[in-house]
Amino acid sequence: MPFFAALLAASTVLWSGCGKSNETPTAAAPPAETSAPAAAAPASAEPKSSLRSFTMGFAQVGAESAWRTAETESIKAEAEKRNVNLKFSDAQGKQENQIKAVRSFIAQGVEAIILAPVVETGWEPVLREAKQAKIPVVLVDRGIKVNDDSLYATLIASDFVAEGKLAAEWLAKKTDGKAVIVELQGTPGAAPAIDRKKGFEEGIKAYPGMKIVASQSGDFRRSGGKEVMEALVKVHPELTAVYAHNDDMALGAIQALEEADKKPGTDVIVVSIDGVKGAFEAMAAGKLNCSVECNPLLGGFAFDAAGMAIKGAPVAKNTVVPDRVFEQSQAAAELPNRKY
Amino acid sequence: MSLPARRKFIPLLATALALAALFTTASLLYPGFCSRLVVANLFADNAALGISAVGMTYVIISGGIDLSVGSVVAATSIVAATLIGRHGWHPVPVIALSLLLGLLFGLGQGLLIQRFELPAFLVTLGGMFFARGLAFAVTPESAGINHPFYDWVQALRLPLGGRAGLPATALLFLAVFVVAAAASHLTSFGRNVYALGGGADSARLMGLPVAATRVAVYGLNGFASALAGVVATFYTGSGNPAMGAGLELDAIAAVVIGGALLTGGVGFVEGTLLGVLIFGTIQSALVFDGRLNSWWLRIAIGLLLLLFILLQKWISGRAGAARAE
Repeated sequence: MPFFAALLAASTVLWSGCGKSNETPTAAAPPAETSAPAAAAPASAEPKSSLRSFTMGFAQVGAESAWRTAETESIKAEAEKRNVNLKFSDAQGKQENQIKAVRSFIAQGVEAIILAPVVETGWEPVLREAKQAKIPVVLVDRGIKVNDDSLYATLIASDFVAEGKLAAEWLAKKTDGKAVIVELQGTPGAAPAIDRKKGFEEGIKAYPGMKIVASQSGDFRRSGGKEVMEALVKVHPELTAVYAHNDDMALGAIQALEEADKKPGTDVIVVSIDGVKGAFEAMAAGKLNCSVECNPLLGGFAFDAAGMAIKGAPVAKNTVVPDRVFEQSQAAAELPNRKY
Repeated sequence: MSLPARRKFIPLLATALALAALFTTASLLYPGFCSRLVVANLFADNAALGISAVGMTYVIISGGIDLSVGSVVAATSIVAATLIGRHGWHPVPVIALSLLLGLLFGLGQGLLIQRFELPAFLVTLGGMFFARGLAFAVTPESAGINHPFYDWVQALRLPLGGRAGLPATALLFLAVFVVAAAASHLTSFGRNVYALGGGADSARLMGLPVAATRVAVYGLNGFASALAGVVATFYTGSGNPAMGAGLELDAIAAVVIGGALLTGGVGFVEGTLLGVLIFGTIQSALVFDGRLNSWWLRIAIGLLLLLFILLQKWISGRAGAARAE
C-alpha cells in the first residue's frame, strides 16, 4: 500500500496538481499551444519580462576553452544590449544535454534558439520538433549534417577548412616547406577538428618535405594537449613543428615541450588556431609562433539572423565570419585589443 | 529484508515528497513549467537514463554494482549506427543483434564475478574501459542514421493533447519500468534477487539458485544498457562513441535516491522511477530558469544523495534499536 501512496502523491502533483497549484498559467496554456509560439510566449511570460521584446534560448556546448567562454560572453552581452530575455544552457560537453535543453526551450515557447552543436550528427529529431513548433534555430560556430537544410535558419561560423589551410601555408613559409609535424586534434567527430585537419592536410600537400608523423586528440583542452604532447615528444623526439587545432591545446603542448627540454617557438615551431588572449601572451613571450584567429564574437551576427528569421524574412544559409592570421611580431601590439 | 516492512517504505515516501516539492517549486517559479509537455518531456528526455537505472536497480538490490553501463550504451549506439548507416543493414536485425551483444556482455561480466569471486566494481570497471574503447575503435566520430524505419519510429507519438505526446522511446521506458517493477514483486526471480542481496550465504542455505541469479542480474543489466543505447540512437538519430559518459553514475544516484541500499537487499524499481524524474525535473528547471549554471544539477543531486543515505542510515539505526529492545 505505501508504494501506491507514494506513487499517488507524486503523480497527483505531476498531473492534476498542475491545475490546482497554477490556475492562471494552465488557463493561459491552451491558446499558447494552439496559436503560433511567437505570439504566445510573451503572454505566458512573467510580468517583469513583458518589458523585454523576445525570449531566446542558447544551447552552448560547455566552457571547455577560453574561446568558448568568449563566445558565450559575446552572445550574453548582445542579448543584454538588445533587451532579449536569454535562457542559457551549458551542456557540459554532452550532446544528450544539448538536445534536452533545446527540447526544454521548445516547451517554454521561446521565439528563437541559438545552438552551438557539440557534434555534427544526431540533430534531425530535435530540429524537426523545433520546426514543427515554428521556432527558428540559428547554428553558431559549427555545422551539422542534415539531409533537410530547412531544419535550421542559418549557420554562422568561420570556415574551419580555410583556417587549417592558413595555418599550413604559414608553417610552410616559416619552415621553407620542411617540417616534422605533430598534430593535436580536437574532439573526435567535432566539425572544427575534422575540417581543420582536412584544411591543414590540403595545405601541406604541395610540400613533400612537410610530414605529419603523429596525430592525436587532445580534446580541445589544455590538459589534453599537454598529456598527448608529453607522450608524443618521447615517441617522436625529431619533431620540428606542432600544429594544434586550438590555442588551449597548443598552450598545454608548450608546457610539455618545455618540460622535455625543448624550446617551443625556436626548436619547435608551434602554430594553432583561435587567437585567444592566452595565445597572444604566449606569442609575445616567444613560445607560440602563430595563431590563426577564429572569431568567437558571433553575438551580433547571431541576433541579426535570429531577428530576421523570427520576422520570417529570408536569411542567408551561411554566414562566414572572417578570420585573420597573427604572428609573434604583431602579438604585443594586438594584445591589449583582445577581449577573450 | 532486515527492515520492518513499514520502515522500508519511508525512503520511497521521502523520494516522492522530494519530487513533488521540486516539481511544485519549479511550477511556481517558472511559467509554463507545469504543463503536459514538460511532464511528457521528463519521460522522453530521460528514457535512456531511466532504462539504465531500472537495470541498475536489480544489480544494486542483488548487492552488486555495474560501472559499464554508459560505455555499453555508447558501444551499442555506434555499432548500430555503423551497421545501418555504413553497411546498409536493416535496423530491426541490427537492434536484435545489439540487444543480444549487450546481454552476452553482461552475462560475461556476471560469470567472471560469480565463478572467480571477483569484485563487481573491478570487473565492471574493466568492462567500462573495454566497451568505451571498443566504441571509439569502431569510429571516433559520431555517425548519423538515415533510415525510413528510424523516421517512422521517431514520428510515432502517443498524443496527450496540445503539443504534448509520448514518443516510442518514452513508452518503451514505461513498459520496461512496469515489467521490471512487477517482476521484482511477483516472480521468484525477483524474490531471489532480494534474497541474494540480503545475504548470499543465507540465500544459498535456503536453497536458492544464487549463482544463476547473480549471473542473470548482470546479463539483464547488459541487456538494459544495450536497450538504452538503442533508445539513445532513436533520441539523436545517430550513434556516438562519446555518448553516455558517466551515465552509470547518474543511474546509481537515481537508484539510491529511489530508496535502495548499496549494500543490497533493499530497493524499489518504483523508487528508481521517482529518482529519474527528480533528475529530469532539476535539469528542466535549470533550463527554464536559463540563468543558473547547469552544474547546479550535480550540486543538487549530490546534496540529495547525501541526504538520502543519511536518512537510510537513520532508519536502519532505528530498526536495529527496535530489535534490541
